[in-house]
Amino acid sequence: MANKVRVATTSLAGCFGCHMSFLDLDERLVALAEHVEFDRSPITDIEHASNCDIGLIEGGVCNSENVHTLREFRKNCKILVAVGACAINGGLPAMRNFIPLEECLSEAYLDGIGVENPQIPSDIELPLLLDKVRPIHEVVKIDYYLPGCPPSADVFWKFLTDLLEGREPELDYGLVHYD
Amino acid sequence: MTKTITLDGKTIPFTDGQTIMQAATAAGEYIPHLCHHPEFTPHGSCKLCTVKVNGRNCSACTFPAAEGQDVINNSQELTDDRKKITQMLFVEGNHFCPSCEKTGNCQLQAVAYYLNMLDDHFPLFYPHREMDASHPDVLIDHNRCIFCTLCVRASREQDGKDVFGIVGRGINKNLAVNSASGKLKDTDLDKNDKAAHICPTGAILIKRTGYQVPIGQRIYDHHEINEVTLLSENHHGE
Repeated sequence: MANKVRVATTSLAGCFGCHMSFLDLDERLVALAEHVEFDRSPITDIEHASNCDIGLIEGGVCNSENVHTLREFRKNCKILVAVGACAINGGLPAMRNFIPLEECLSEAYLDGIGVENPQIPSDIELPLLLDKVRPIHEVVKIDYYLPGCPPSADVFWKFLTDLLEGREPELDYGLVHYD
Repeated sequence: MTKTITLDGKTIPFTDGQTIMQAATAAGEYIPHLCHHPEFTPHGSCKLCTVKVNGRNCSACTFPAAEGQDVINNSQELTDDRKKITQMLFVEGNHFCPSCEKTGNCQLQAVAYYLNMLDDHFPLFYPHREMDASHPDVLIDHNRCIFCTLCVRASREQDGKDVFGIVGRGINKNLAVNSASGKLKDTDLDKNDKAAHICPTGAILIKRTGYQVPIGQRIYDHHEINEVTLLSENHHGE
């Protein structure tokens, strides 16, 4: 069991949809678990990634914590993978890029319908928002990209089995969708 | 005697006046393109159809075929160039496929699929672009415009109108409409105009039709753009 491939996963500015799609591997997860063990991931609750072979990153970068997490993954993963539309181009969260941050916060916490006790959250525990949501390849080097919103379970399967069996990962036409 | 050029080592015929693109399409050979359409004057701007003619890069849609040309279309070098061009088109606009109603029917997306483009490579510009929903039947989402000018040409050459034009340069380039207010509703565009249906991306859309075909059942969900294009462009009776 010592030779299992260590995989870490995280969701930055994402919706966990890519993680849910990964879980759509269903019974194939059992086969995968024979070769793979999970490090930091929502599946394990391990807090920090260390000495991993593969890091799967869902979501883009929208705040300071995302940047730290992404850099930790890069430092600790031999292969870093951008998973899904948001990691690749910012995706849905990046649609706030066209509205000044102050306006976004005002709408959500001051002026929005139904807001009680209006105030912009400023607790020191909260990560600072970036002025724009960015794709992860703008922050660290990314080795592979799995497009899709989300990428299907078949995409995860093809990619991981290619890697595990020592092949250069390739996605054929039916597996590449941006939507 | 039939005149011929060589395309990727294959001899294909052409007639005088044909471009390399026209000869290739007629011979069943796909050259990737976005701004070219067989019904309109070629524009040569998207550069996706760049081929090597006797060792020099040329746009296949504008370059005339000539006896004895040695044309390279499918090479790793050209595929890499085309992928970079497509990535630049993606980062210079705002192309969020999951929230676009053209997804699956979009030629920009389909060309990217064809080139196996999995990432954007470049930093994203996220330019600020407007939408024009003023027209009762037609919507312009400038976020998705790639300035292919097909709507400009369709309006002038086929609809006999002059609804669209390109203004500005660089990142400030913009698709303008021909009305004093600058709004589409004040032009003479009709939803049945060719210009309203020619957009290769989701920049010009007919309202209330976007989801008649569900995502996942659309053209490029199941067919590559090379086969779709050859089939449709060889039925234009050139």
